[in-house]
Amino acid sequence: MSETKEIIISTDKIHTDQYLVNMGPQHPSTHGVLRLLVSLEGEVVHHIQPHVGYIHSGIEKMCEAISYPQIIHLTDRMDYLSAHMNNEAVALCVENALQVEVPDRVKYIRTIMDELSRLASHQLWWCVMGMDLGALTTFFYGLRDREHILDIFEETCGARMTVNYNLPGGLMFDIHPNFQKRVKDFLKEFKTKLPEYDELLTGNVIFRQRVDNIGHLTLEDAIAWGVTGPSGRGSGFSCDVRKHQPYSAYPMVQFEEKLDTKGDSFVRYRLRIEEMWESIHIIEQLIDNIPEGDYAVKMKGVIKLPEGEFYQRVESARGEFGVYIVSDGKKNPYRVKFRSPGFSNLFALNKMAAGHKIADLVAIMSTLDLVIPDIDR
Amino acid sequence: MGFNIYDFTGMTHNMHVSFMEHMSPLMTTIVEWTIIGVCYLLFIALFGLFLVYAERKVCAMFQQRMGPMRVGYWGLLQTIADFIKLLMKELITPKGVDKFLYNLAPFIIMIATFMAMAVLPFAKGLQTLDFDIGVFYVTAVSSIGVIGILIAGWSSNNKYSLIGAMRSGAQILSYELSVSLSLVTMIILAGSMQLSVIVEGQRDAWFIFKGHVPALIAFVIFLIAGTAETNRGPFDLAEAESELTAGFHTEYSGIKFAFFFLAEYINMFIVAAMAVTVFLGGWMPLHFGSLESFNHVMDFIPPLVWFFLKVGGVIFLIMWFKWTFPRLRVDQILTLEWKYLLPINLVNILLMSLVVLTKFHL
Amino acid sequence: MNGLFEYIKTVFKGVGTLLTGMKITGSYFFRPWKHVTQQYPENRETLKMFDRFRGEVIMPHNENNEHLCTGCGICELNCPNGSIEIISMSVLTEDGKKKRAIDKHIYHLGMCTFCNLCVKACPTGAIIMGQEFEHAVWDRTKLTKVLNLPGSKIAQGVKE
Repeated sequence: MSETKEIIISTDKIHTDQYLVNMGPQHPSTHGVLRLLVSLEGEVVHHIQPHVGYIHSGIEKMCEAISYPQIIHLTDRMDYLSAHMNNEAVALCVENALQVEVPDRVKYIRTIMDELSRLASHQLWWCVMGMDLGALTTFFYGLRDREHILDIFEETCGARMTVNYNLPGGLMFDIHPNFQKRVKDFLKEFKTKLPEYDELLTGNVIFRQRVDNIGHLTLEDAIAWGVTGPSGRGSGFSCDVRKHQPYSAYPMVQFEEKLDTKGDSFVRYRLRIEEMWESIHIIEQLIDNIPEGDYAVKMKGVIKLPEGEFYQRVESARGEFGVYIVSDGKKNPYRVKFRSPGFSNLFALNKMAAGHKIADLVAIMSTLDLVIPDIDR
Repeated sequence: MGFNIYDFTGMTHNMHVSFMEHMSPLMTTIVEWTIIGVCYLLFIALFGLFLVYAERKVCAMFQQRMGPMRVGYWGLLQTIADFIKLLMKELITPKGVDKFLYNLAPFIIMIATFMAMAVLPFAKGLQTLDFDIGVFYVTAVSSIGVIGILIAGWSSNNKYSLIGAMRSGAQILSYELSVSLSLVTMIILAGSMQLSVIVEGQRDAWFIFKGHVPALIAFVIFLIAGTAETNRGPFDLAEAESELTAGFHTEYSGIKFAFFFLAEYINMFIVAAMAVTVFLGGWMPLHFGSLESFNHVMDFIPPLVWFFLKVGGVIFLIMWFKWTFPRLRVDQILTLEWKYLLPINLVNILLMSLVVLTKFHL
Repeated sequence: MNGLFEYIKTVFKGVGTLLTGMKITGSYFFRPWKHVTQQYPENRETLKMFDRFRGEVIMPHNENNEHLCTGCGICELNCPNGSIEIISMSVLTEDGKKKRAIDKHIYHLGMCTFCNLCVKACPTGAIIMGQEFEHAVWDRTKLTKVLNLPGSKIAQGVKE
């Protein structure tokens, strides 16, 4: 309680007719242990101060003590919904530092896995979005479809969420013999399920009232706060790393970077649905053309990076995920920094939600697609 | 005693007479009140528990799940187990609450529920009170519940509870209007506010068929407004678990929470029962004008079965809403009432008056 | 008058979208056989994990109680969180030379993150990932396991 009082004194903006509500750390709609200090005027949100760090696990510091292949398995646990992308970022960073060229097969499989996890992540986001707005049934429909992707992951990678499938120089295993068939079956089924998502939620008049023209984020603000991913692209910020700095097999596939300039909640929602279609499109281009070859290059038993600083960014499901490694030539990095998309996106929340109602705050927060371990690391 | 599944008038009359023979009038009244009270208590407890089970199963089916399966056959005893758990839980009184009001609120809600139950006609002769202003009484009594919600939210010393209670106050006050007006539409058609007369008036055809389009519109409006009155999704703003954790009953635990929980389900039953009584012919069987043999078969089904079948159907519809739609925002809920339901309702009353005046109805 | 038409149109459009949503949920309600729930403890017989599923690290032994582990300690080095401890001993081979061999391959299941790096690094393929996933125990000391069975020895012909 003493902390709350301090804030009242330090912030001149808060008047006597406003009151502070702690949303979180235990709150159903913060998806974890995020704490928002919300100052309210009746139902209207005046100011939001996010407090992070409740699930801080010190991953960056832990990385300084372990070797590069071991770092990858820790990145699974940050943004657990885009584990493949995080893995790939570290793997690519190490490969670029050592100037190792991986076979095309690896690139293709990595890209397919990326898009599959983007689909899974967006599915979970969709069902949670519905749940935050009070439509609980969407939650089960989304999870039902996500289960198929997790099955694919489990069959090929051995785990459902913490996959740890990438290694510096390639992959942990080759794909499972059933992989292609399973992916194609899933895509065929999911293409019939995705229009259902639209019918159930996108078109719904109550849903549209809840998200249309709510939570505007201007292009300037999006750039200033570093909002990336579908949230940033909804404001017209062309920030798709897959397009601007292609990695893996992205240069070889055709896809569109979905952009919109309106910047409200509905646009952020719609872009994610459209991204799902794009992901399906990308996977379809790759799944039949996986080239033959090795699934990994032979790397040294102990990987040592040359002295220097290395940065690699990838497009995770939430936005731009970056890995920054400072190496002093040993087998452990000197310093590792992860640029997590959720952290930057979260702090633009105040810009979007101030002036709206509590219910809108919840809706806006779910359009940002926050994953708390990704924010706290 | 003259038990007759199609008509309970004789049975209750005989009971009254036999009581009078053996006891003084005062004793008779006390005994009869006790019997009726016990009946209602049992009904509310058992039917409430069944509704909770039904809701869980129905929502599971909507969501491609199976629902409770562990306790009892197909989870039939699950809600009883839950109820025992709630009974045994500690009653927590948080620091800084207004103790008297905090403990009073659940009872007010339960009392409102009991009072509304009193006039519902379950079957012919199975009605405790038959006021000549029955419809008016139900609408009046059902709004007592909001006082309980407001008290609960205010006395809990919790900001979430307070917001929830205030939302609920604004919501129920507005939707009261629509509930009453849609009932008024039907009263014009029925020509009486007495529930038994209203049911009796639907002997040849239910009012929803009798009143053509205006009756249908009134039915839809009554369902929407009734759902809003019971604080159920998509109008569950007062609870809004993703925004306000649990709204007005955040701080309640144990049996006090169970009261709120039970009251919500019984209120749903009352709304459904009112809809059935006023629009769908109460306990009257389904009759079509000239199909004599069909009507005869329908007559064979006891009125109690008819009543609960129809109530079940309406409750299913309410559950279907809840498990499909997102929740509205507090200003949108008022927009819906004042900009859409109310004007449509007023026009609808006019239409119904025209229908009745021109004797266009069946 | 135009406004009135607009008003009526919004009402009907809104009701239409709501009915579309109800159609979806309703269609699933009336197809209860399409439910996706798996009743877990009941379906133990039919529940089969994928062969690559990483449940725990195990060390397979053949019928002569022999394993492939040489006690080289590479798995211990590769483990990111110290779940594996190798206690080695020296044994005399037939030609009288001293040779390192495994005494105890200690595996702390409670610390393991199932990253597969130890299995990947093992030069002889002595340890693999098992599919067992029901790891709940009453006592955390039971999570510390010795992978090589008592009295087991290294199989013939395994080179370091």
